[in-house]
Amino acid sequence: MKILYFAWLRTSIGKSTEEITPPAEVKTIGDLLDWLPSLGVNYSTALEKRDLLRVAVNQEYAELDHTINAGDEIALFPPVTGG
Amino acid sequence: MIRVQENDFDVGLELKKLTANNHSIGGVASFLGLVRDIASEENITAMTLEHYPGMTEKLLSEIEQEAHQRWDLDASLIIHRYGRMEPGEQIVLVVTCSKHRKDAFESCEFLMDYLKTKAPFWKLEETSKGGKWVDARDSDDDAATRWLKG
Repeated sequence: MKILYFAWLRTSIGKSTEEITPPAEVKTIGDLLDWLPSLGVNYSTALEKRDLLRVAVNQEYAELDHTINAGDEIALFPPVTGG
Repeated sequence: MIRVQENDFDVGLELKKLTANNHSIGGVASFLGLVRDIASEENITAMTLEHYPGMTEKLLSEIEQEAHQRWDLDASLIIHRYGRMEPGEQIVLVVTCSKHRKDAFESCEFLMDYLKTKAPFWKLEETSKGGKWVDARDSDDDAATRWLKG
């Protein structure tokens, strides 16, 4: 699946997008957020503050229990600050 | 109508285009957001707006549709810029047109409140100390929450 990072999550992780193949037991957004830190210290640091994370699946806001599929576009970002 | 663009816009021209040939419009409300030169007591030299292409347009369209469902609107426009901007530059324009002023005023405020808490934009402020990502404010969440239907 494709994953995108924005704002300080992008600078902290060090990339704006990547293709990931999580193990089969990663079924929801919550599982994904538990698994991503295993990819490196840049991930674990960036994803440390769970309450500052917002998630979109296929460009729609999604909650932690949302089920994810191989073809999904998942975006992780901080609370928005436009306007 | 929504537009997400890097370039600046001409407010007068946009208002004229939006109301042209639509004589059922009796009132136009607009909000124009500008880059400030100070935030958290620090001088800002510039601001860069990052966004999520695709989701931004989708979300702005959704909140515009919601405004049309909740108020009697004849036309509306949301323009939001991205990229680097200096103090004084225009960031965002929301325009709502209706037969009567109440619908125009209320829906304009609703659109701005929803846009600020939902549209995927992030501000990076440049100061003499370097770049800093702007934190979201609780007061913006509160402003959006008051439009929730009980």
